[in-house]
Amino acid sequence: MRSYSNTYIFVFSAIMVIVVAAILSVAAKTLQPYQKKNVEINKKQNILTSINIDSDAKNAEAIYEQYIIESYTINIIGEKQEEGDAFNIDMKKELAKPIEKRNLPVFVSSLEGKNKYIIPVYGKGLWGPIWGYVSLDEDLSTVYGANFAHKGETPGLGAEIETKEFQKQFPGKQIFNEQGEFVSVNIMKGGTADPNSKYEVDGISGGTITGNGVDAMLKDCLSSYESYFKNIKEAMLETTPIDSISEPVSN
Amino acid sequence: MSAEKEPLFSSKNIKLLTEPLNDSNPITVQVLGICSALAVTVKVKPAFVMAISVMVVMAVSNVVISLLRKTVPPRIRIIVQLVVIAAMVILVDQVLKAFLFDISKQLSVFVGLIITNCIIMGRLEAFALSNKPWQSFLDGIGNAAGYGVILIIVAFFRELLGSGTVWGYKVIPESVYDFGYENNGLMILPPMALIVVGVIIWVQRAKNKKLVESN
Repeated sequence: MRSYSNTYIFVFSAIMVIVVAAILSVAAKTLQPYQKKNVEINKKQNILTSINIDSDAKNAEAIYEQYIIESYTINIIGEKQEEGDAFNIDMKKELAKPIEKRNLPVFVSSLEGKNKYIIPVYGKGLWGPIWGYVSLDEDLSTVYGANFAHKGETPGLGAEIETKEFQKQFPGKQIFNEQGEFVSVNIMKGGTADPNSKYEVDGISGGTITGNGVDAMLKDCLSSYESYFKNIKEAMLETTPIDSISEPVSN
Repeated sequence: MSAEKEPLFSSKNIKLLTEPLNDSNPITVQVLGICSALAVTVKVKPAFVMAISVMVVMAVSNVVISLLRKTVPPRIRIIVQLVVIAAMVILVDQVLKAFLFDISKQLSVFVGLIITNCIIMGRLEAFALSNKPWQSFLDGIGNAAGYGVILIIVAFFRELLGSGTVWGYKVIPESVYDFGYENNGLMILPPMALIVVGVIIWVQRAKNKKLVESN
């Protein structure tokens, strides 16, 4: 049995590490453009899913152009900002900034003549980040649709937030209550949500922590848009006749 | 040095390909790699992609380690095996993200977990370290095929009975559903995969006398 000297072992390890690192770097660099494109298309698909429109990787871009008519960023007091590429905003970076400095994206789509407002949300799951898009009707309270995604939640448990079963609970729920207060949509422990409540959905049994993450994510992210929602509602009140608005007057 | 070179596809080499399909199947006989057999077999398509990914990782890792077998210091051989497997898995993951994005999302964490699949380390240690590259390549393909076959069989039943589809195509006609037939929701849950694997082991042992231990 040949005995290997320590020098040999060190040199062998060093060469192995360098070669592997080189191969992986080259692979990552050359594949990066394809991966980036896939992520973009996937994002567009998610935004479309939040307004209940299905698409596949091939037609997602065309359908996106068709339905999303506007996108812009706002600041915390609800003012539209001049510059701002809403699509490429990194929610993780924005949420790390102090609240006055954040650029919050808004996507607007037009379905059957009515506008829907799509708000991106981002938060913390159990094992990693979770994010999604929540679309609201013109009353800016009723949820039209929601789409959630995650990086590494437990398959079969927390990862279920990505399924249609979980997401289809959201349409029809409201984030403002009868008194006009922001209450968000609450994620209850699996199976305990009151089916008649407009403010509750069932979480996932066995995925409580992820569910709590979604709950906090909705509260934190949607509340940042409160001023913006109030501005829009006031603008709408000025331009539309009183009897076509069905939501209660907020104090 | 042997005077005569063994033909590429001699009977001994062919055995490396065929034995893991039945007599020494990694999942049902060697009982390795069970975890991913549960996780990715809800539908046939991800199971198939997982089987191909494992095959690529196994074949290349086996060849690389076999080529290096005379130069790897025994004291760090496990680390070297790990590095080779991990590098291959990362490559597979990157390629999937670039060209098969939807599937990579379905497989999500499980592609990374290929590294922990005991079959791969097991074969590297038991075979590639002491055999020639071509034989190691065949052994890798054979064991991965044995793993893949079980994965696809389990996925076939779980998808058929749990969703009424195979490879995403609806197979059970609507008329059967109208009669009152319903998809078996239990099939979609992981425990059923274990039960299906158990049934496969049962059938295999009933048919293959060689596997029955003599008491």
